[in-house]
Amino acid sequence: MSGQAATQVTGDDAARDDSGTPETIIRARNLSVHFPIGGGLFTKKLFLRAVDGVDLNIPQGSFFGLVGESGSGKTTLGRAFLRASPITTGEVEYHDDEVSYDLVNLGKEQLKDYRRRAQLIFQDPYAALSPRMTVRDIIAEPLEVMEITSSREETDEVVRTIASKCRLNLEHLRRFPHAFSGGQRQRISIARALVCNPRFVVADESVAALDVSIQADILNLLKSLQNDLGLTYLFISHDLSVVAHITDHVAVMYLGRLVESAPTRKLFSAPGHPYTQALLSAIPSLDPDHRGAAQKLEGEIPSPTRPPPGCKFHTRCPYATEICSEQEPVLQPVGDEHEVACHHWKEIGGG
Amino acid sequence: MSLLKVDNLTLQFDTDEGRILAVEDVSFEVNPGEILGLVGESGSGKSVTAKSVMQLNPENAVYDPGSKITLNLDSGSVDILSLKKAKDMEIVRGGAVSMIFQEPMASFAPAITIGAQMVEQLLLHKEISQQEAARVSVEMLERVGISDAEHRFNQYAFELSGGMRQRAMIAMALSTSPRLLIADEPTTALDVTIQAQVIDLMKDLVAEYGMGIIFITHDLGVIAQTADRVAVMYLGRLAEQGSVRDVIQRPAHPYTRGLLNALPKLENLDAPLTPVPGDIPSPLERPSGCVFHTRCSMSEPRCQQAVPSMVDVYEGHRAACFVTTAQEPGA
Repeated sequence: MSGQAATQVTGDDAARDDSGTPETIIRARNLSVHFPIGGGLFTKKLFLRAVDGVDLNIPQGSFFGLVGESGSGKTTLGRAFLRASPITTGEVEYHDDEVSYDLVNLGKEQLKDYRRRAQLIFQDPYAALSPRMTVRDIIAEPLEVMEITSSREETDEVVRTIASKCRLNLEHLRRFPHAFSGGQRQRISIARALVCNPRFVVADESVAALDVSIQADILNLLKSLQNDLGLTYLFISHDLSVVAHITDHVAVMYLGRLVESAPTRKLFSAPGHPYTQALLSAIPSLDPDHRGAAQKLEGEIPSPTRPPPGCKFHTRCPYATEICSEQEPVLQPVGDEHEVACHHWKEIGGG
Repeated sequence: MSLLKVDNLTLQFDTDEGRILAVEDVSFEVNPGEILGLVGESGSGKSVTAKSVMQLNPENAVYDPGSKITLNLDSGSVDILSLKKAKDMEIVRGGAVSMIFQEPMASFAPAITIGAQMVEQLLLHKEISQQEAARVSVEMLERVGISDAEHRFNQYAFELSGGMRQRAMIAMALSTSPRLLIADEPTTALDVTIQAQVIDLMKDLVAEYGMGIIFITHDLGVIAQTADRVAVMYLGRLAEQGSVRDVIQRPAHPYTRGLLNALPKLENLDAPLTPVPGDIPSPLERPSGCVFHTRCSMSEPRCQQAVPSMVDVYEGHRAACFVTTAQEPGA
């Protein structure tokens, strides 16, 4: 399913190098985002390595999942792809059927155009919407700011179209956000993100604040909008059962590093990295007779200001040996589209 | 004898927009050593119900005269809603009943060390010396799995990581050996790996101290892993109540069934996610009859007119639905 939208790509993509397949919408190489956190003049400068040397390809038309605990750097990585976090080192490229951009060195006009092509859906629909604007104005704002439409009639037309796709009616457009429930507000947020017709959308914990009965509705909406508008999603979440259901490929982050990347079914049926295995087994099962079977992980994620040497996960890993505290493992292919960064994947992998 | 007995709890809030019914006719019991899961979406009244047990609802809460909350302690029964003065509530709040919250940072004073806060409440509730209180507190911190407890004792809440803070809060809540613990979404803000640790810890503590727990959450997976019995709430009313196995494996109320269908299940990734249609109505516009009828796929005309009562589906498993429990309106 996922790759079909990009099959008509032709020879004008010669600029791309051989390692990025033509269907790739985002291609990152050795991407790092470091934030300075003090030190200076006489002491050594300190950096928080939020994202550290990440290689990632997001195929066009995919529903790409990014999971990890809080502090793993998943939000920062998503924002780096949107040029909303400063990129310290590395390369990031963006390709769609019209343009190719080097995201690290974007000109002013290019950045403006990129803002239209890449959008973000926020986590908290209560905080993301201005209480003083009507829903129509909230959804129309990106069009006006980016000067995409030229008249009020045209703006209204575009707003109405996207609103109806997000199941909001004309009556809704006249009201203020406080009159809406959480699920309706999230639909307004989605309409606002999609009104400028983006190609790439980062959904950062977009269902985490919603009740379960509504969550399924929003997930189904995201999926149908994807088919309808040909979108590519980067879906950032800590909820693995949601990710299992909606995404087609998953990357797992730990302390700023990718530890595993695999097609969703592969990852959930045969997780290769011990961290992924621990995450999966920590999901509370709905079966009351299946209690306490989880493989429990000791301790907590270390501070990214003082990451442990070697494999970042070795301090909590049940399989850690000497080499793990000395050498940092790199992502290596272990199967079809399946990559794991672990010294011992051969002995422990495959679920 | 049950530890806590809530009978016909009905509670309204006096607001500028009129009286808002938050909890209506809710009855349940908690036995010593039992974990009762209280499940519901935001606005279902689960937190308000739990806070009534400690009279922690704001001043504008109006309890219906028929409501009764009884706490059965070794020293005798306490009729909680009849207590009027804060002084009288002392044996309940922090003494016989403790509460832990979703956001541990909000439970600790930021400018007082964790140790000082733990000692303060022990001195308030127990007749022990300062040194003794400090010793008990450090022991309790060790018991919940905090390493280097004596050092942590002198730290402030902001110096601890999220999981550590949650443990410290549990230690503080348990140091006065309460008979009943109310846990309001205690794992919701935690990562899954830490959540698994906290769930294990709470189960161990129940086994060790034999207290009763009201575990409030919206996560049915967490409930399946911890609770003995479950009560499902919707818009201030109980929809269903029973053993965790019964409620999850053969739910009788359409709302419980809807919740379970809306959950993504790892065992079956191909199963479509079925949302419960519509949105939760505003408490200002409470539907007539069965409060769930506006979103219910099995709704019949009688559901809009009369309120179904809780009736037995199986032994110890009760649900409030005309259609699935074959009860007649007015019966």
